Amino acid sequence: MITLKNIHKTYKSAQPLHVLKGIDLNIEDGEFVAIMGASGSGKSTLLNVLGILDDYDEGEYYLGDTLIKNLNERKAADYRNRMIGFIFQSFNLIPFKNAMENVALPLFYQGVSRRKRNAIAMEYLDKVGLRDWADHYPNELSGGQKQRVAIARALITHPKIILADEPTGALDSKTTIEVLDLLKELHQQGMTIIVVTHELDVGQQADRIINIIDGQVCHGKTEYQENGKTK
Amino acid sequence: MRIFDSDQWEEIFDSLSRNRSRTFLTAFGIFWGIFMLILLMGGGNGLKSMLAQNFAGFASNSGFMVSNATSQPYKGFSRGREWHIELEDVERVKQCIPQIDVCTPTLRNWGSNAVADDHSMRVQLTGEYPEYTKVENPKIRHGRALNDVDNLQHRKVCVVGKRIVEELFPSLGKDGNPCGRLIQIDNVYYTIVGVSGKGEGGISIGGNATTSVHLPYTTMQQMYNRGKNVDILCLTAKSQYKMTDVQYKVEDLLKRQHYISPDDTQALVKINTEAVFSMVDNLFTGVSILVWMIGLGTLISGAIGVSNIMIVTVKERTTEIGIRRAIGATARDILSMIMSESIVLTLIAGMSGITFAVFVLNLIEKGAQSDTPDAQFQITFGLAVGAALLLSMLGLAAGLAPALRAMNIKPVDAMRDE
Repeated sequence: MITLKNIHKTYKSAQPLHVLKGIDLNIEDGEFVAIMGASGSGKSTLLNVLGILDDYDEGEYYLGDTLIKNLNERKAADYRNRMIGFIFQSFNLIPFKNAMENVALPLFYQGVSRRKRNAIAMEYLDKVGLRDWADHYPNELSGGQKQRVAIARALITHPKIILADEPTGALDSKTTIEVLDLLKELHQQGMTIIVVTHELDVGQQADRIINIIDGQVCHGKTEYQENGKTK
Repeated sequence: MRIFDSDQWEEIFDSLSRNRSRTFLTAFGIFWGIFMLILLMGGGNGLKSMLAQNFAGFASNSGFMVSNATSQPYKGFSRGREWHIELEDVERVKQCIPQIDVCTPTLRNWGSNAVADDHSMRVQLTGEYPEYTKVENPKIRHGRALNDVDNLQHRKVCVVGKRIVEELFPSLGKDGNPCGRLIQIDNVYYTIVGVSGKGEGGISIGGNATTSVHLPYTTMQQMYNRGKNVDILCLTAKSQYKMTDVQYKVEDLLKRQHYISPDDTQALVKINTEAVFSMVDNLFTGVSILVWMIGLGTLISGAIGVSNIMIVTVKERTTEIGIRRAIGATARDILSMIMSESIVLTLIAGMSGITFAVFVLNLIEKGAQSDTPDAQFQITFGLAVGAALLLSMLGLAAGLAPALRAMNIKPVDAMRDE
C-alpha cells in the first residue's frame, strides 16, 4: 500500500535542518503500523510526508500505485481528500459546526450535495456510536467523543489509509482504550492504519512498530522497547 | 464554482455572525462611506438644480446690454454724457456680428399702476418683440404669448404675471384664466391675452416676473413716447459661440457707433447668463470633486477596515483553515471562502448605505420641493448601480490581501498549532 524509497527532507532556513535522512519503508495493505520515536526524531515530518501535507526533497513515495511527488496544490488537496483520513491529537474539529457537519465536511469539498453528505455522515456517526450526538457542537462533547467524531470524519471518504497523529495523546486511559478498540476494529475490517505515537502502550497494539531514530528507520530493538519489556 | 451553493452562504453568514460586534463595526465603516458619498452627491445635485431653478426660462447663452452715462471723455465729448442704445443699433448688430442669433430690443417701465375693477397694484412694464421669448421663456400658463401682429398693429394687449391675476382678479380663484378681461395700466386699457407661469425667486431681468406686464414693443413705444431709444438690448449667441466672446464684439460696435472710449467700462452695462452659468458650473464641479474626495476617502478607509478585520479573522482561523486544507480543501476553496466573506460584508453594508442615503435624500427632496417644486436631490439609478459595482470591487480588493494570506496557510499548521 505504501512504499517509501530513500526519502530525504531538509527544512531550509538559516541553518538547514536535515530531518529525514533516507527513509525506506513498506506498509502492506490492511496493516496496522505504529511509528514511534522520541521527539525530534523526524516522525512528525514523516507523517506530514505520508499525509501529503508536506513535500519531500529526494526519493519516491508511492501511495497505492500513485507516485506522490511534486504535486500541485489542487492535486495534493484532492489526494488528501480521497486517499487519506487524518486523526489528530487535538481532534481538530471545527468548533462552530456540529458533529454531523464536521463529519460531512470532506464530502463538501468533493461537491456532494448537502442532503446526501449529511445522510452519509449520520451513517458514520452511527458506526462510531455517536448517532445521538449528531447535533452537538465539539465543546459539548467529551474528549473521547470528539476523537470518535474525528475518526468518523476520517473514514467518510473511504480513504486508502488512516493516519493518526498521537490519537490518544489528549485522552485519559479509559477513553484511550475506547479509541484504540475502535481503531483495531477498523483494522479488522481491512483498513490500513498508521499511528504515530510515543506511547509504547499504544504502539504495542499495532501489528508492527517502526522506530524512527535521528531521521532513519531503526531495525532491531531499541532501548525504548527494551525498557518497555522489562516493565 | 461553489459560489452559489447554499452551504457556501451558510458558511459565510456563520462566520460573519460569530463575531457580531466586530462585523457590525467593520460594516459600519463601509456603510458610512457609501452613505456620505451618495448623500453628498445627491445634495450637490439638489443644490445645483435649485440654483438652476433661478435661471429657469433664460437661454443659457444670453446677454443683456444697458446704456449708462459715460465715465471718460472721448473724441471731444466730455465725461458724464447720457447716451442710449438705439433701434438702428439692433439692425447694425444683426448685420455686423454673424455669431448673434437673436438681437431684440426691450423697453422697461418700473412702477406703473395697474387697475382692474376695484383692485389695483404696482407692476413693471416690458415692451418686447415675439423674438424675446427666445431669450426669456414666459412659460405661458393661459392664453398666448405676444406675436408679430400685436406689434404690427400696435394692439393694446398684454401678457401678465401670475401674481397680477391673483391680486386683480381674486374672484377667478387660484390659477384662474383672466384672458379677455381688461386691465387698466397708467390710464390705458389693455386686453389680457396670456398669463406667464414664471415663478417667484428666480432671476429676472427687470423685476419680479410675477408682477410684470408684457406689452408689444410698438405699443409701449407709442404709449410712453419712447422714440428710438432702447432700454435693454437682449442677445443670444449661436450655440457654437460663447456669449462672453460675442458680447465683446457687440460692445466694440456700440462704442464705436456712439463715440465712447474703448476703455470706458461704465458706459455699457453687460449682463451675461453664460458667465453666470459657467460660474455655477465651475462651482459645482469643485463641489463634486470635493464630494468624491471625501466620499471615496471614507469608503476606502472603510474597505481598509474590512481588509484589516479579515486579516485578523484569518489569523484566528489558521487552525480551521489548516484543517480544511488537510481534509481536502484546495487553495482556491479557501480563497473563495475569504473573498466571498469580504464581498458579502461589503455589499450588505454598502447596499444598506445606499438605501439609507436614498431614503434621506428623499426626505430632503420632499422638504425642498415645498419651496422649489423642481428640486432634484435624488441620485440616478445608474449612479446607484455604479456605486454597487464600486462596492463589489472594493470588497474584492479588501478581501484580496487576507485571502492570499489564508491561501498560504499550510495544512501542516493545523497540526502544529496546538
